[in-house]
Amino acid sequence: MKMRRIPAVAAVFACGAAGLAGLLAAADTITVKGSDTMVILGQRWAEEYMKAKKDVTIQVTGGGSGTGIAALINGTTTLANSSRPIKAEEKEAAKKNGSDVVEFKTAMDALAVVVSASNPVDHLTMQQVGKIYTGYISNWKQVGGPDKRILRYTRESNSGTYVFFKEHVLNNRDYAADAQTMPGTSAVAEAVAKDPAGIGFGGVAYFAGNPKIKILKIAKDDKSAPISPLLAGGKVNFDAVWSETYPIARYLYVYSAGQPKGAAKEYLDWILGPEGQKIVEKIEYVPMPGEARAERAAAN
Amino acid sequence: MDSRIESKIGKAGTVPVVPGAVRRLRRGRWREVFIETFLRLNGFIAIAAILLIFIFLFKEGIQAFRTIPAGHFLQSQELDFDNVPQTVRLWQPVGQNPKYSLIPLLLGSFLVALPGTLIATIFGVACGIYLAEIAGKRTREVIKPAIELLAGVPSVVIGFFCLATLATFVQDALGTTFRLNAMVGALGVSLVIVPVIATMTDDALRAVPGYLREGAHALGANRWETITRVVVPAGASGLVAAILLGMGRALGETMIVLMATGNAAQVTLNPFDSVRTMTATIAAELGAVPQGGEQYRALFLVGSLLFVMTFLINLVAELAVARMRRRLAL
Amino acid sequence: MKRRFVETIALALLRGTAFAVLLATILLIGSIVRGGAGVITWEFLSATPTEGMTHGGIFPAIFGTICITLLMIVMALPLGVCAAIYMVEYAGSSGLARVIRASVNNLAGVPSIVFGLFGVGFFILFIGRSIDRVRGGGLLFGQPAMLWAAATLAVLVLPVIIVNTAEALTAVPRSHREASFALGATRWQTVRRVVLPQARAGILTGSILSVSRGAGETAPILFTGCAYFLPRLPIVHLGVPFTGLSVPMVNPLDQFMELSYHIFIMATQSTDAAATRPIQYGTTLILVALTFILNLAAISLRVRYRRGLESR
Repeated sequence: MKMRRIPAVAAVFACGAAGLAGLLAAADTITVKGSDTMVILGQRWAEEYMKAKKDVTIQVTGGGSGTGIAALINGTTTLANSSRPIKAEEKEAAKKNGSDVVEFKTAMDALAVVVSASNPVDHLTMQQVGKIYTGYISNWKQVGGPDKRILRYTRESNSGTYVFFKEHVLNNRDYAADAQTMPGTSAVAEAVAKDPAGIGFGGVAYFAGNPKIKILKIAKDDKSAPISPLLAGGKVNFDAVWSETYPIARYLYVYSAGQPKGAAKEYLDWILGPEGQKIVEKIEYVPMPGEARAERAAAN
Repeated sequence: MDSRIESKIGKAGTVPVVPGAVRRLRRGRWREVFIETFLRLNGFIAIAAILLIFIFLFKEGIQAFRTIPAGHFLQSQELDFDNVPQTVRLWQPVGQNPKYSLIPLLLGSFLVALPGTLIATIFGVACGIYLAEIAGKRTREVIKPAIELLAGVPSVVIGFFCLATLATFVQDALGTTFRLNAMVGALGVSLVIVPVIATMTDDALRAVPGYLREGAHALGANRWETITRVVVPAGASGLVAAILLGMGRALGETMIVLMATGNAAQVTLNPFDSVRTMTATIAAELGAVPQGGEQYRALFLVGSLLFVMTFLINLVAELAVARMRRRLAL
Repeated sequence: MKRRFVETIALALLRGTAFAVLLATILLIGSIVRGGAGVITWEFLSATPTEGMTHGGIFPAIFGTICITLLMIVMALPLGVCAAIYMVEYAGSSGLARVIRASVNNLAGVPSIVFGLFGVGFFILFIGRSIDRVRGGGLLFGQPAMLWAAATLAVLVLPVIIVNTAEALTAVPRSHREASFALGATRWQTVRRVVLPQARAGILTGSILSVSRGAGETAPILFTGCAYFLPRLPIVHLGVPFTGLSVPMVNPLDQFMELSYHIFIMATQSTDAAATRPIQYGTTLILVALTFILNLAAISLRVRYRRGLESR
């Protein structure tokens, strides 16, 4: 009765799995994995590109830059999104697995340091931010705010944002142990919006336009003037990012194992071209200087 | 489910085969042997699974010791802002000088599991006693399925509930500093294990033979006295097993703690602080590490530790059940 | 007098806590239904997520959940049922049976995230990579896929199936077996013709419960096959030889979207967690509804089945 049917079903599945082996390689599928910061961007790119090219499937997953690069090393993804440059040992590991990693700078991103809109503090120096996140400053009154314990929000250690911030703002010191790690930048945004004593950081695209969040002006050191990553109208200040006057900005990378070929190459060319860069601008990241500048010059 | 299995599997297999029947069917006998062998192979699957889990966890986990000095799993040294070396107990595996202290993770796990188990024990045991000893047939038929439905709610749903609703409620009610903290996680986890404890308590108490109750009543004890002096002591081992299994579940719960505890790997004993459990650490970090790397192995080590801890808890629980069955001569 | 007073208070407290648990269940479900009911439309159920998952529906997640659960059942059910038959009908109370039983109990207690680790270490890296090495030509099996996620879940639900099947088998009266033996039936004939037909409802209950358990688990599939976003369904078109036709089939080597994982990532790492709350509630409601229907079916089936046994 029932018992007899089950092995038959199992056999069908097994044969199916075996039969698929050959077919799968033929499909034009690009898998993209990595940075959560770039998930919005990556998905928009994919959606638009697939609208234009029906025969290509692009599969975008997040999980953090480390996840993407790890997947690239392990050979489980075509392309890896990363919000930090690949590390030497990661490059080495990939080489050991038989592929040279090729890097593409696809966009730029300003990292915003944010607090609740109700917090009177509106600018900090790089050093103050570093001291807050390493635990040397733990009360808002030490930086000119109310007498309140600072609640630090950071990202998971697999995110490029976490690593970038640790290297460039914390000078490679450890985060304070009580910093709450959030699984995504939007979670940071949500937490800071709800928390009058909170501080967070992340790609400016996630915070711009949220009325409950204040984006702080950041000064390079005691002598420089604090600069906001946004223009007065709420748009991202491209020039401050390109000229590095806003101190916490970075490139957003796409990595490929070996020189990209076929569908993947076409996709990357499209990303770096005007259409891809327009999408970057649309969702409040910063397009690559060269391309965007050339385009503006052409428009003038 | 868990170790209730003990009470549910009797001795059905002890029926002897009538010898004549087998001898008559020579060809049938080979079929019998074949089928029995086939079934036996399947019978070994659970043993094989446990062994494989053990092997594949430890194989990776043990290699963590190859690159990370054993002492670093407790604490390590780090220069502070004035370049004075400080002893730190941090879990921060990413960075120039990775930290692998297991202390904040262990504390985090227990800071969620212990209050969670405590809350669930109070409600679960009371609920179980109510079901077994007090509830009429009608009420029982409402509450029992409700508990089973609660047991069927996926943990990610409870995690979502904690994150979206419960955390705000707790912060407003108690004015906690951290919105997401160990207590929110503990409350969420207790929702998962109340059904476990309640069902097992109910089962354990219903296994207590009726004549014990009748004897107590005959001696003039009222219902409450019968429960506290006779029924609960008789089923005590079963209750202990229920609580232990609940605690094993609480230690192993992943999605709820990942979503609701705030994930700050700090050394603290305050249940209203944000904490990071062992399970949440694995869930959040494993997907992001190159296979075979240092952090990958450290995470497998955390997994091995978790496996050993829950294994021991389950073992004790099982012994408790065996003891109860012996004592009640079931 | 005092004894009476204590008794009244204590029993009231017990009743109170029992109803508190009932209340907690209702609150939990209530908050999800309230948040999610308004979102559920035909479009929500049948469309794919769009605009960076801030709009659109959840169909790929529903589809993925159904596929992985079916695949899990195919892998776990025959094994679990056979293991239970061996344990109850053949091993009896021998030492071996005790070891099997202890393993089943311990397997049930292993944390779900440990199954996730196991899935990566054993299925993907050991089995998958070994197949790839033998097969040659790049990575195919040795990466996260529905096949491995389902296998991991299958190991996880195995104890559920074994316990429930064993319970159902034990509930068949011993006298029925003895009668069958006395008529000259062999052990397998007895199992097949006498025990299994009676235990069928119980086995079905077990498999339904395991489906519900597997459909709701997230931790074991985090690293073994779930995708954050997949613009297409995990389907390939298999060519039928000599006909030129192609048949769509679920591709077990593809990644997939899944309801419980979708809830997790939407609640914690979507592009705007606050603005997509309704989608999160809606997805949660669908998952809860799915598991509840399964659980209710299992519970009512068990009640009916128990009554049937008792009245015999």
